[in-house]
Amino acid sequence: MTEHLKMDQVQPHLLDETGQGVLSVPMPRPEGPLKVTGRAPYAAEYKAEGMATGVMVRAAITKGTYAVDTASVEDMPGYLGVFTDKMVRNAAQGTMGTNPAQMGDKILYLGQPIAVVVAETFEQARDIAAVLKVDYTEDDDAVCDFDGVSDWPDSDKPDQGDLDQAMSDATFTVDSMYTTKPHNSAAMEPHAALAEWDGDKLTLHGSLQMLGYNRDEVADSLGIDAKNVRLLAPYVGGGFGSKLGMSPDCVGAAVAAKALGRPVRVVLSRNNVFEMIVLRTATRQRLRLAADKDGKLLGLGQENWQSNLPDEPMAEPVDLATHFLYGGENRRYGQHVAILNRPASGSVRAPGEAVGMLALENAMDELAEKSGIDPIELRLRNIPEKHPETGVQYSARSLAEALTEGAKAFGWDKRQKAGTRREGEWYIGMGVASAARTNILMESRANVTLNPDGTALVQTDMTDIGTGTYAILGQIAAEMLGLDPQKVTVELGDTDLPKSSGSGGSWGAASAGSSVFLGAKAIRRKLAERLGCEVEALRLQDGVATGGNNRRPLAELMDAPITEEGHIEPGQTDEDYHQAGYGAHFAEVAVNAVTGEVRVRRMLAAMAAGRILNRQTATSQVWGGQIWGIGTALTEAIEHDPRTGHVVNNDLAEYHVPVNLDVGDLEVMFIEERDDASSPIQAKGIGELGLSGAGAAVTNAIYNACGVRVYDYPATPDRIFPHLP
Amino acid sequence: MKSFEYVRASGIADAQDTAGRIIAGGTNLIDLMKHQIETPPRLVDVTRLDMTEIEQSAHSLRIGALVTNSDLAAHDTVRRDYPVLSRALLAGASGQLRNKATTGGNLLQRTRCPYFYDTTQPCNKRVPGSGCPAKEGINRILAVLGTSPHCIATHPSDMAVAMRALDARVEIESPNRGTEMLTLDEMYVLPGDDPSKETVLEAGDLITAVHLPQPPKGKQTYRKVRDRSSYAFALVSVAGIVDVEDGKITEAALAFGGLAPRPWRDGTVEDVLVGEAPSDALFDKAADVLLQDAQGFGENDFKIPLARRTLKAVLAELTGVTQ
Ligand SMILES: Cc1cc2nc3c(=O)[nH]c(=O)nc-3n(C[C@H](O)[C@H](O)[C@H](O)COP(=O)(O)OP(=O)(O)OC[C@H]3O[C@@H](n4cnc5c(N)ncnc54)[C@H](O)[C@@H]3O)c2cc1C
Repeated sequence: MTEHLKMDQVQPHLLDETGQGVLSVPMPRPEGPLKVTGRAPYAAEYKAEGMATGVMVRAAITKGTYAVDTASVEDMPGYLGVFTDKMVRNAAQGTMGTNPAQMGDKILYLGQPIAVVVAETFEQARDIAAVLKVDYTEDDDAVCDFDGVSDWPDSDKPDQGDLDQAMSDATFTVDSMYTTKPHNSAAMEPHAALAEWDGDKLTLHGSLQMLGYNRDEVADSLGIDAKNVRLLAPYVGGGFGSKLGMSPDCVGAAVAAKALGRPVRVVLSRNNVFEMIVLRTATRQRLRLAADKDGKLLGLGQENWQSNLPDEPMAEPVDLATHFLYGGENRRYGQHVAILNRPASGSVRAPGEAVGMLALENAMDELAEKSGIDPIELRLRNIPEKHPETGVQYSARSLAEALTEGAKAFGWDKRQKAGTRREGEWYIGMGVASAARTNILMESRANVTLNPDGTALVQTDMTDIGTGTYAILGQIAAEMLGLDPQKVTVELGDTDLPKSSGSGGSWGAASAGSSVFLGAKAIRRKLAERLGCEVEALRLQDGVATGGNNRRPLAELMDAPITEEGHIEPGQTDEDYHQAGYGAHFAEVAVNAVTGEVRVRRMLAAMAAGRILNRQTATSQVWGGQIWGIGTALTEAIEHDPRTGHVVNNDLAEYHVPVNLDVGDLEVMFIEERDDASSPIQAKGIGELGLSGAGAAVTNAIYNACGVRVYDYPATPDRIFPHLP
Repeated sequence: MKSFEYVRASGIADAQDTAGRIIAGGTNLIDLMKHQIETPPRLVDVTRLDMTEIEQSAHSLRIGALVTNSDLAAHDTVRRDYPVLSRALLAGASGQLRNKATTGGNLLQRTRCPYFYDTTQPCNKRVPGSGCPAKEGINRILAVLGTSPHCIATHPSDMAVAMRALDARVEIESPNRGTEMLTLDEMYVLPGDDPSKETVLEAGDLITAVHLPQPPKGKQTYRKVRDRSSYAFALVSVAGIVDVEDGKITEAALAFGGLAPRPWRDGTVEDVLVGEAPSDALFDKAADVLLQDAQGFGENDFKIPLARRTLKAVLAELTGVTQ
C-alpha cells in the first residue's frame, strides 16, 4: 500500500506527539564507523571481475574540432581502446533527466572530455592518455573572458515600480558593483564510475546525488531505455551540487565497457573535476538600495552578469533571496548570461544565495554605515509583512528572532565603530548578515518495513552525500514506530529502491524524510487497527504498542512484516505560502595592518529551519556552511586564463578551500520553529542556509575592523592592504 | 604515468647514477611524474643512505640531506640557535608533507607556476622554447625579481629562504667534480635564456648535507604572507636576522621568498642598514634598494608594495622600532 500525501494543506504536528524521543536530539551517523575505518566503499573502490581502467582525455585547445589518432598508441603496453562515441561535453545540470550536450568532434572549452582511453591498469591508461596524438583544428573566435563579450543578452525580467525614481527620492542610497570569481564544489571524493553490462542491462556504481534523474541522464546519453540502467551510490564523498547531474565518467565507462565486453572503471582526476564538472559562474553584480531617513527601503535592485556554455539550461539565480528578504516598493532585477568558452556553469552549494547574498548583505552594511543605523536594526526595520512582489504570506519565518537572539549570544553590543578596535598589529571587527534560503519540497518515495521482532527497514534510492541521511531517516522511522534507532536499518543509493527526491537544493531531509514519515504513518494505522484503537490514541514506545486500554508488544500484533510505501508530493502550500529558511550570521575577524591578511576569529550562526531532525548532523551542516562562507569571502577563486579560458588553478593546492587554521571558533544555535507549510514533518532545508550570507558576515566584519570595503571577492591580502594606511 | 625502473641505493656510488633520478620524500617528484611533467626512466631511492643525522660541531651544524622538514624544525639546536629556519619550515606545506619532505628534496623542489603544471600549455621550463604564457596570463603568484623574458616562475621553498639568510652551504657529491660546497646563490641559477636549468647540479650529483655556519648574532624571524593561514605558498616571505648594538645595526641578513626564481638575497639592501640607526626612513631606503629593479606582470604587481610592507615590519620587529 502507498500512503500518499500531496502537500495541499498544513499538517498536524504528529512528531511532537510520538513519545520515543529520538528525533531532533543529537545522534551520530550510524555509518560513521564504516567510513572512518574505510569499510564504506565509494564508487572508485568497487572492483569487478576482469575490470579494465579508463582515463579521460581532455581537450588541449579552447575551440575547434578534433580527431584522435588511435594508431599512435595501439602498440603501447596494456592498450585496450580509445573511445570517443557519445562523449558528453560536461556534467548534466541538476534535475535535467536528459543528456548533456554531445558535441561529436567539436570542442568548446579547454579541458572538455574528448575521449576515454582504456588499458589494463590505471598507470598504463594514464600514460596512453598523455601521449595519445590528437589532431586539432582550432577556431580563432573563442571568447573566454567577460571583457571580451561584445553584447550581453538582455534580461526579460519586468520591473516593479520605478527604482530610478526611488533612488533619486531616497535619503540614503547605495549603488555598488561587486564581483565574484567562479567556485568549484571541491568535494573530497572525485567523480567515478564503474560500468558493467549484462546483455542490454547496465549496472553502474557512481558518485551521484540524484539517482532517479541520473538514471534517465545516463540512459538518454547512451540512447538506451532507462529501465535497463541500475545505478548504485550507497556512499558519496561530498557533492555540493557537483554530482546533481550525471558526470562524463559515467558515459565514458559505459561506452567503453560495452565495446570491450568487460567492466570498465573511470575515475576523474582532480584536474578533470575542475574542468568537466560544472562550476559556479563568475558574477558581476550591481546592487542598488534606496532608503528613507529611517533606513526603510523604498526600493532595491540587483542586476547580474554571468556566463555559461551554449545550451545549458542553468543560470545562477543570483537574486533568489533578494526577491523576498527585504521590503521596498520599487524593485529591479536583471540577468545577463554570456556564452564563454569556459567549463560549464552549474549548481554549486546554495546556487544563487551563495554569491547573491554577498552583494545584497554587503550593500545592507553599506546602507547601515551611511544611515548610521545599527546593521541589525536596519534589517529588522526592513522585514516585510508579505512577499514584496507576489503579496503571498510567509510560512514560519524567524528572521527577527535569529538576528536578535544571535546578536545577544554573539556579544554584538561590544561592536565598535569601524576602524577603532586594534590589538597589536591586528584590526578587529564584527559583522552580521541575514541568512535566507528558499525551501523546496520534492516528490519522494520510500518503503518502510516493520518486522515482528521490533526491527525496521527503510528503503529509498535517496543518497547520503555526507549529510546524515542514514541517520535522520532512521530516526524518523524509529520515532514514528517507537523503536531504538539502532533497530532501524536504512538502505539507500540504489535505483531498484523507491524513487526519492535525491540530495540537492537542501530538500533531501524534508522530502525523503516525509516519505519515510508517511510510510511509517501507514504502519501506525495498521497497528492501531490490530490493537483496536483509534490511530490518534496509539502510542508506540520501545517496541510496545499502547492504546484504548490495551498494551501489547509488537510481536503479538504481527505475524509477518508490514511494509508500506510513503509518497510525498509538493502541493498547494507551495503556492499559498512563501517558504524559506532564515537565520543570521555573525563574524569576528582580525585584519593584519601590515599585510591585509584576514583571520576569522569566531563565527556564530543562528538558524531557523523548521524542525531540526538531528542537532548533530544539522550542526555539522551549518559548520560546513560557515566554513564555505569563510572560503567564499577570503580564499576560493577559480582563475580562468583570459586568453584560453582554461582553469589555471585546477587542483586543491592552488584552489584554496579553507584549512583548519582559517576556521576560528564556530558556534551554531537553532531557533525553535515548526514550518507547517513545508512538509508533514515541519522541517526545512539547512545545508545551504548555513552558507547563505555567511561570507558577507565576514566581509562586513572586515569593514568594521579596518574600514576597507570588499567589492571584489575573494578578499585576499592584495585586495586589502593597498587600502590600509 | 610512464613506467620506470626503481632501484634502491645502498651507497653513495649507487646514488650517483647519471641516467637515474634521485627520489627522497617523493612529495614533489611523484606529483610531477603523475602529470608526466617529469618522466625519469629510473628512480634511485636514496632514503636508505646514511644522511639522516644532524651533527653539531664547534663551527657548524651539518644537516643530513634526508633529515625531514618536521625533524629539522623540531631540532633543539635549530630552535634555539637558528629559529628563522625552524619557523620557515613550519610555515611550509602541511604536517603530513613535512613528515615526508627531506632537506635535499626541499632545496630542489620545482616551481608552482600553474603553466608549468599544465601540459596543454607552453612553458619554457618544461618544454624549452615553447614560450611563457604566464607573463601575460594568470601570474598572481609569480616573480617580480630575477625574472627573464623567458620565465617568471618563483622558487617555492620556505626552508631555502631561511637557509639563504643563514649563509648555508650545500654539500654535494658529484661523480665528476667530487665533493663540493656551494652557497645557495652558487647552486641556483637564474632563468636567463634557459629556464629549464635551475641549478648548477648535473645528472648524478647527490646532495649529502646542508651546513649552517655558527649561529648569527642578533634576532631572527621568518614572516610569510599567504592567501590562507596555512598550506599555501608564499606571496612574499622574509627571513630576517638583524643585530643591533648601541643603537646601530651591526649585522643584517635578509632573504626573500615568493619574489624570485631563487631564494633572493641582495647584499646592497643589507649595506643600506649596517652602521645605521634603525628607523622607519632607513627601512624605506632598504626597501627602495631591494625593489628598484622589481618588475610586475599585472596580477603580481601587488607583490612589490607588499614586499616593502613586509620587509619594513620585519625590520621593525627585529630592531624594536615602532612603526
Ligand atoms: C600541496 C603542497 C604544498 C606545499 N607547500 C609548501 C610550502 O608552503 N612551502 C614549501 O617550502 N614547500 C611546500 N611544499 C613542497 C615541499 O616542501 C616539497 O615537496 C618537499 O620539500 C620536497 O622534498 P622531498 O624529499 O619530498 O623531495 P622529492 O620529491 O623526493 O624530490 C624533489 C627533487 O629533489 C631531488 N632530490 C631529492 N633529494 C635529493 C638529494 N639528496 N640529492 C639530489 N637531489 C635530490 C629529486 O630528484 C627531485 O628532483 C608543498 C608541497 C605540496 C605537495
